[in-house]
Amino acid sequence: MSRKPYMRKLPTWWWLSQRRYTIYMIRELTCIFIGAYAVLIVIGLLRLSHGRAEYDAFLDALQSPFGMVFHLLALLFALVHTVTWFGVTPKAMPLWLGERRVPDAAIIMAHYAGWIVVSAAVVFLARVQ
Amino acid sequence: MSEATVALEVLRYRPETDEKPTFQAYTVPYRDDWVVLDALNHIKDNIDRTLSYRWSCHMAVCGSCGVMINGEPKLSCHAFLRDYYPGKLRVEPLTNFPIERDLVIVMDDFMEKLDSVKPYLIAKEDRPLSAGEHLQSPAQLEAFRPYTMCINCVLCYAACPQYGLGPDFVGPAALALAHRYNLDSRDAGRDERQEVAASNEGIWECTFVGACSQVCPKSVDPAAAIQQTKIASTADWYKALLPPWGKR
Repeated sequence: MSRKPYMRKLPTWWWLSQRRYTIYMIRELTCIFIGAYAVLIVIGLLRLSHGRAEYDAFLDALQSPFGMVFHLLALLFALVHTVTWFGVTPKAMPLWLGERRVPDAAIIMAHYAGWIVVSAAVVFLARVQ
Repeated sequence: MSEATVALEVLRYRPETDEKPTFQAYTVPYRDDWVVLDALNHIKDNIDRTLSYRWSCHMAVCGSCGVMINGEPKLSCHAFLRDYYPGKLRVEPLTNFPIERDLVIVMDDFMEKLDSVKPYLIAKEDRPLSAGEHLQSPAQLEAFRPYTMCINCVLCYAACPQYGLGPDFVGPAALALAHRYNLDSRDAGRDERQEVAASNEGIWECTFVGACSQVCPKSVDPAAAIQQTKIASTADWYKALLPPWGKR
């Protein structure tokens, strides 16, 4: 008897079929905001290289309602990515000290500690200026 | 009092007569100690002998009875009717695989991928039996033990949208097993496995959806294995690139 395997197609809206896929796609889409923020920083640097007046105009433009909403959303999504990524670091980077595995909480807390140190350094540098 | 029953919709595909799969409804007795596999066996024994599905051990060890139950990949021997009752159950073959017949899928693609990652110990050199056992410390065992639990049931492939969208992806179970042997202190085959595992179709196709680990009936956590392999492969790349004596 000849075989005739049937291949079902993944539906276009597969990512709405289950909560976990929908959340995954939302996570992927939030990257657009992170990417857009990176582009914005580069544009800011470019304007800065053109002199004080251009840079001040750039800063003024950021004060617009659209600029404020964009920054709030970008910050929110960056926080979501940071917290969720820190949460999975023990899975991605399990550490062993001799015969004992470093507890998950210690790995996660080390990341938060690093975050605080880097943030404090950034704030310090901003103040020095 | 009439006996309690449960309604099942089972996706049927008979290649000799059907152009495409269609659902068929069955009603089976409800027992609170029955799993979906018991319901399928009841159908086969008492209602419709033409229904085809795979199973063997009935105890979540053989990995052959995986099906979609209400859209979720499950071992049919591991899914109790009581968790769905009185709701209806929709039983389908695992998604992302071709259907051979009814609930039976074609697993050839997975078998080839599993073979490609060399999921066995590759020793550095042949050891004579007289050299005795390969001793391992408890920590050396624990490093890879969770990944040995894989039963090749391919529920993770059915859950993985990356595999569904790009069937060239080596996939969760094969990559988890590659990682299992790479982590084994007796093994020296990592370089051979990396050719497949660290290729574009390997770990880098994974976007960390995480569904593979959520559906794994043996808590293997393939998503963690893949992320660990990504980090190790990235470290390899830097080690080769940065020092003047590097290979690049």
